[in-house]
Amino acid sequence: MMDDLAALKTALRPPAPDAAAKEAAIRLAMENFDRLQGSDAALRPTQDRPKRAGFLNGVRAMIQAFNSRPVLAATTSVAALCLGLVVILPLTGQGPVSRAPLAVQPPKAETAAPQTARKVAPDAVAPVQTDTVIAEIQMEETATVAEAPMPTLAAPKAAPVSELSGMVADSPAPAPDSTESFANAPANPVKITAEEPISTFSIDIDKASYAVVRSSLNTGFLPDPASVRVEEIVNYFPYAYPAPEAGQAFRPAVAVMPTPWNPDTRLVRIALQGASVSVENRPALNLVFLIDTSGSMDEPNKLPLLKQSLALMLDQLHAQDQVAIVAYAGSAGQVLAPTFASDRATIMASLDRLGAGGSTAGAEGLALAYQVAESMAAEGEVSRVLLATDGDFNVGLADPEALKDYVAAKRQTGVYLSVLGFGRGNLDDATMQALAQNGNGTAAYIDTLSEARKVLVDQVAGALYPIADNVKIQVEWNPAQVAEYRLIGYETRSLRREDFNNDKVDAGEIGAGTAVTALYEITAPDSPALRNDPLRYGTAAAVKGSDELGFLRLRSVAPGETVSSLQETPIMAGGAVDDDARFAAAVAGFGQLLTGATYLGDWGWDQAIELALSARGEDAFGYRIEAVNLMRLAKALSAP
Amino acid sequence: MGTPDEILANAAAGGDRAAFAVLVQRHYDRVFGLAYRLTGARAEAQDLTQDICAALPAKLQHWRGEARFTTWLYRVVVNAAHDRRRRQATHVRAATGWGDWEIARQDEITVQAEAQDWLAQAMARLSVELRDTVALVLGEEMTQADAGTILGVSEGTIAWRMSEVKKRLRAMAAEEAK
Repeated sequence: MMDDLAALKTALRPPAPDAAAKEAAIRLAMENFDRLQGSDAALRPTQDRPKRAGFLNGVRAMIQAFNSRPVLAATTSVAALCLGLVVILPLTGQGPVSRAPLAVQPPKAETAAPQTARKVAPDAVAPVQTDTVIAEIQMEETATVAEAPMPTLAAPKAAPVSELSGMVADSPAPAPDSTESFANAPANPVKITAEEPISTFSIDIDKASYAVVRSSLNTGFLPDPASVRVEEIVNYFPYAYPAPEAGQAFRPAVAVMPTPWNPDTRLVRIALQGASVSVENRPALNLVFLIDTSGSMDEPNKLPLLKQSLALMLDQLHAQDQVAIVAYAGSAGQVLAPTFASDRATIMASLDRLGAGGSTAGAEGLALAYQVAESMAAEGEVSRVLLATDGDFNVGLADPEALKDYVAAKRQTGVYLSVLGFGRGNLDDATMQALAQNGNGTAAYIDTLSEARKVLVDQVAGALYPIADNVKIQVEWNPAQVAEYRLIGYETRSLRREDFNNDKVDAGEIGAGTAVTALYEITAPDSPALRNDPLRYGTAAAVKGSDELGFLRLRSVAPGETVSSLQETPIMAGGAVDDDARFAAAVAGFGQLLTGATYLGDWGWDQAIELALSARGEDAFGYRIEAVNLMRLAKALSAP
Repeated sequence: MGTPDEILANAAAGGDRAAFAVLVQRHYDRVFGLAYRLTGARAEAQDLTQDICAALPAKLQHWRGEARFTTWLYRVVVNAAHDRRRRQATHVRAATGWGDWEIARQDEITVQAEAQDWLAQAMARLSVELRDTVALVLGEEMTQADAGTILGVSEGTIAWRMSEVKKRLRAMAAEEAK
C-alpha cells in the first residue's frame, strides 16, 4: 500500500507560511526574548558576569556533555565548534534592526532546510571519525535524560542506534543501546587444582540468555556480552541423557572428551537428568498469571505474544487445574478470579480484555499474585506464580534487593515464582533472573511463538513441577590427574565451598524431566597447555595412585523437605563421547566466542559451526540447526 | 549553511539577542510545517507556531546544548501541539474529533483542493498517536528512531504505528472501492 502512503505524504506537504503571520510571530518571539532578558538581568548578579557569559556558558555546557573517555577524541571537534563561535561573533555584534530584512527572506530558500539542517551537528564534529560519533551518541543520551521533565520521554534511548549504524556502517554493529540490564559476572578463570581443588556451584535450568542472544542476532546485532551466559546457552538444548532409576529424583552422567579448541586439554561434561512425572497423575496445578500491562508492553512482541503464549499453555492444563490472572500497571488488580482450566472460554475472554497502559507497579502486583495463589493452595497441589513482563519494574518496591527478599520469603510458603520475559528494549534481565532464582522458579525469555511453545508446552512439566530443590554441585579435582581446571559458564551461580553443606543457602531447582549440563575444561599435570608455571618452592606433592579425575558431589532437597541428601560419583576418564556431548561443547564454544573467547585460541566460528553441524543428531525440533544458523549470523556480524 | 543551530541556541540561551533572531528566522518555516502536519489546518498551524515562538525564549532556558537543536525543537512543537489539543478537547468543536470539524471547515471554504479533503478524511481515521507518527515519519521524513525519540516511545512502537497506518489506509481504500 505504498501508494496510499505516498498519497498521504504528498497531502502532508505544508502550504507556504503566511509572511505577515511569520513576521508577527517572530516579532512576538523577539519581544518575549527581550522581556525575559530584562527580568533575568535584574535577578542575576551582573558584576562577575561578563556580557558574553552566555557564550562561555554554552561552550562549557557543551564540553561537559562529552564524557571523560572520548574527551581526547572530542578535542578536535570542540576546536571546530570554537571556530564556529569565532565566525558568528561579527554577526552578533550587529544590532537587531539590521537583521530586519531577514524577516521577509523568501521562505523557499529555507524549505529545503529540514534535511540539511538536521545534519548540522554531525557536520560540525566531522573532523574526528568514530570516537566523535560515540561522543555524540553519548550527548544524545544525556540529552534524553536531561529532558526528563517532559512526560513523553519515557524510554527513547534505543533511538540513536540507527544513526550510529548509519554513520559507521563499515564497522561491526554494536548492540542496540537501551535500558536493558543483564546479570553477569566476569568469566571464570583457570584455577590451579593444588591451590583450590574444590569447585562449587548451583545448578541452573534457566534458558533466557539463549533467547536474548537469538533475538539480538536476528535483529542484526551482536549481543551485549553481558547478556550471554554460557551455561544457559548450553542448557537451552534438549539432550538425551539416561533417565534416573525408579525412586531417584535425578541421575548424574559424566563424560570426558577432547576439548575442541585445545588438543592438550579435556572437557568434562557433568549432566543431571531429572525424573519425569507422568502427565496423567500429576498433582493439580494452581497457576496465577501475573501480567504486566504497563504502557511499555504495548508492542506486538509483548502483550499480544504473551496472550498467544498463555493460550497455548491453557491447552496443556487439566480440568482440575485452576488459573487466576492478576494484571499490574499503574495499579494492580485481579482480572480473573481462580477459575478451573476447563472453563477455557472465561479465561480466554479475560486474557483478551487485557490492554496496555500506565506505569509498572510490579511489587504491588506481586503481592496480590501471592495472595491469590495462597488462597488457591490446597493439600497436594502445586502453586506457581507466572510473572510475564518486559522487566520494567519502575514503580513501588523498586529496590531489587527488597524484591528478592520478598520473593525468597514467599518461597517458604510453597508458592514458586517463574518469570517469562517478553520484548526487548527495557528487558531487566538481572531483576528477572534474581526473582526467578529466589522464587525457586525458572526465567525464560520469549521472543517468538515457537519459543513460547518450547517453554510453555513442550517443557511445561519441567517449568512447573520441581522434583529437586536446592541442587548444588561440588567437584573435587584430583591434583595428580588435573593440574588446572576451568568451569565454563555458571559465573552468576558460584557458591562458596562451605555453602555446599549449608542447606540454608539457596540454589537451583530441577524440574520434572529437565536436564542440566555443566562443562569443565581440565588440563593434565604434564600437558603443554598449562597456563600457570610451577611454583619454585613447590607445593605438597600430589598423592598418586588414583585414576579418578575428580569426585562429584551433589546435594539436593526433595520438594517440601528441608534437609538435603547427598549423592556422590567419581569422575573417570573415558566414557562414550556422543553427539550430545559434542554439541554441548560446540554451543559452549559459541557462548565463549560471544563473550571474548579468552581461552579458545584460534578456534573460531567456522570450527564451532562445523562441530555443531556434525553433532546435530536427530534434532527433531530443529533447535540445533537454529543454533548453527545463529552462529553463521554471528560470524557474519563479527567479521572485521 | 551558517553557524550551527547548537551554537546559536547556546548563545541565545545566554542572552544573545541576535543569535536568537537568527534561530527563529531559520526555523520558523520548519516549525510551521510540522505544526501543519500535526494539526492538519493552516490557521491552526499558524496559531500554534505563534504560540511556540512566543514561548521559545522561556523554553530556551531549558536548553542544555546536549541534543541536536532540531530534535529539541521538534519535541517542543510536538508537546505544544499536545497541549493545544488537550485544551481544545474542552471546546465543543473539537469534542467530536478532529475530522468532523475539519471536514465542516473544509466545506465552508469549499474551494480547497480535493487532496486536502482526502487528507482530512485519511487523518481523521487515525488516532492522535498515529497522526503524530505520520507527521514525523512521512511529513518530516524522519527515521523511525528519531520519531521515537521525539514522541518518547520506542522505535518498535513507531514501526508498529506505521503498519497500523497502512492498515487503516488499506481499509479506507477498500471502502472507496465499493
